[in-house]
Amino acid sequence: MSPGANESVIRVVGLGKSYETAAGLFPALKGVNLDIKSGEYIAIMGPSGSGKSTFMNLLGCLDTPSTGDYFLAGRNVAHMDKDALAVLRNRTLGFVFQGFNLLPRMSLQDNVALPLVYAGDDKETRRAKARELLGKVGLGQYAESLPNRISGGQQQRVAIARALVNSPRLILADEPTGNLDSHTSEEIMRLFGELNAEGITIVLVTHENDIAAHAKRQVKFLDGEIVSDHLTAQVPA
Amino acid sequence: MLKAMLGEAWLAMGANRLRTALTMLGMVIGVGAVVIMMAIGQGAQYAVQQTISTMGSNLFIVLSGSFTASGVRSGSAGAPSLSVADADTIAELDGVVHVAPTHQGRRQLVYGSQNWSANVVGTTPEYLDARAWTIASGAAFGDSDVRSATRVALLGKTTAQNLFGDEDPVGKTMRIQQNPFIVIGVLGSKGQNLDGNDQDDTVIIPLSTAQRKVFGTPFLGSVRMIMVQADSAEAMPKVMDSVTSLLRQRHRLRDGMPDDFFMRNLSAAAESEAETTRTMSILLGAIASISLLVGGIGIMNIMLVSVTERTREIGIRMAIGARQKDILSQFLLEAVMISFAGCLLGLLIGLGVALGINFFTGMVIVVSGSAAIIAFAVAAGVGIFFGWYPAQKAARLDPIEALRYQ
Ligand SMILES: Nc1ncnc2c1ncn2[C@@H]1O[C@H](COP(=O)(O)OP(=O)(O)O)[C@@H](O)[C@H]1O
Ligand SMILES: [Mg+2]
Repeated sequence: MSPGANESVIRVVGLGKSYETAAGLFPALKGVNLDIKSGEYIAIMGPSGSGKSTFMNLLGCLDTPSTGDYFLAGRNVAHMDKDALAVLRNRTLGFVFQGFNLLPRMSLQDNVALPLVYAGDDKETRRAKARELLGKVGLGQYAESLPNRISGGQQQRVAIARALVNSPRLILADEPTGNLDSHTSEEIMRLFGELNAEGITIVLVTHENDIAAHAKRQVKFLDGEIVSDHLTAQVPA
Repeated sequence: MLKAMLGEAWLAMGANRLRTALTMLGMVIGVGAVVIMMAIGQGAQYAVQQTISTMGSNLFIVLSGSFTASGVRSGSAGAPSLSVADADTIAELDGVVHVAPTHQGRRQLVYGSQNWSANVVGTTPEYLDARAWTIASGAAFGDSDVRSATRVALLGKTTAQNLFGDEDPVGKTMRIQQNPFIVIGVLGSKGQNLDGNDQDDTVIIPLSTAQRKVFGTPFLGSVRMIMVQADSAEAMPKVMDSVTSLLRQRHRLRDGMPDDFFMRNLSAAAESEAETTRTMSILLGAIASISLLVGGIGIMNIMLVSVTERTREIGIRMAIGARQKDILSQFLLEAVMISFAGCLLGLLIGLGVALGINFFTGMVIVVSGSAAIIAFAVAAGVGIFFGWYPAQKAARLDPIEALRYQ
């Protein structure tokens, strides 16, 4: 067990989110409770529309909950303002999207360095860190290329490098392999495994069992509620 | 941070070059008009100052109109109606600074084998003060020279050069109408007047000498022209009125009889010329403000399009930690950069047109740093003012909504 393993990185209490729709308020998340310790590797599963993305967006400080509290590294972020959330997104966590979300006009190096621009780092630091992380995900030779010059799997690795560039202790990934073939998906999962081995807490969403099998713990959503929460070893294959 | 943002703004501008260029057009025309307006306006200002400083300020001349007793004008052949004594009494009036009875005409000058025709002015020493002539070398003549009709002369720079070449004229003797004159001084240079005449092509000699030896006036004591300088522009009308009544009284003109002299306000002529130019620059100013307004609206429009097109990009930036002010400044910077680029182009084009105007019409223009500073301040102002709303719109986007935007 790594040091600080008992410390909660994420703790949500009665977390709820309702969307305004034409048919009235729609409760996408209905009072979820979850505790995630430092160094954990969790797969969030569940059918489409079960509220996984809604939950991840709240964890990622991209959205604010309708009800409940969310403690990120001990601080309640449920009522923070937009700029405070932006700072958390920048420094405390890294988010990986299904669609990679790289900026098409920028070189890979500049894409990876972009969070550092908002952190206020100088040009040399930005360059050095971006290079280092591109190397870490095995794409150092493409630093000056534009995103459309590389494959989807490679783009997702660049996105992971970008998520890691501010040295967060938490990575959130919403269906990171959703747009990738199974071989490439395996490579991405291997990268997540390595990061977790370094002590980084990882929460990822997937609806594929063999992807989820890489995680140490699996949490299942259905209709905006958690319906099961097991260690992977105990999950029936 | 700023450098990174400038680079990004530059990339964004370059991503759609034609659109950026078209957006800049309004700024280009607006700033161009501002530059031309200021060049012409300041040019007019400068021309007036120049005229006043070389011609002398608040000047008017009283010209003799020769009339017979029946009131019929007999032409210049008759006796001039003005006298040196008139000039002396005008000098006593309130608000009069200098009075100089003057007689001038173009005459041939000879020095050695050199010939030169110049404007010969016979006058009193006060003329030099009224017209703001300076003495570059030598000395001026005094009242005693006028009293005893000495044959001394002050040469304008052009005349001195044409007659004496590289020689120093002071102390030399030249001839006007066969009469020897000793050059006692050379005048400081004034350059051209507003009509384009070289004011330095002149010779100034004592009035009495001019009348006796050069112009051969049979009516000694009378003059064709009296130059008067008032103490301020405001006092001019009053001074002119009192000169009129004084002269009518001295010339014993009864009510109903026309003046036997007329007056011309020299300073007003220069002023009115400047006024025309100023009106023109105000017109240009109006064009400038309208173009800047239209240019600004163009920038706002294109920035709104840009914000919509780049909604997803904004979402991504927010997701990795851009705060509202980061997004705001990014789009504001882009608007200001478009504005600045347009301003720079407008500045160059405006300068070109202003120089062209000067070249083809000879109109005086003044190109000053303040025009550039004002143009850039205006550009920054327009960029910030019209870029604010789109930038604000971008900064207020919801990260989730923005990320979901296709
Ligand atoms: N912005 C929204 N407005 C209205 N309904 C939404 C919105 N986002 C998600 N939903 C609804 O909330 C439910 C959960 O969606 P989501 O969290 O995306 O599920 P998942 O990621 O598990 O597929 C779905 O029924 C979806 O239609
Ligand atoms: Mg989803």
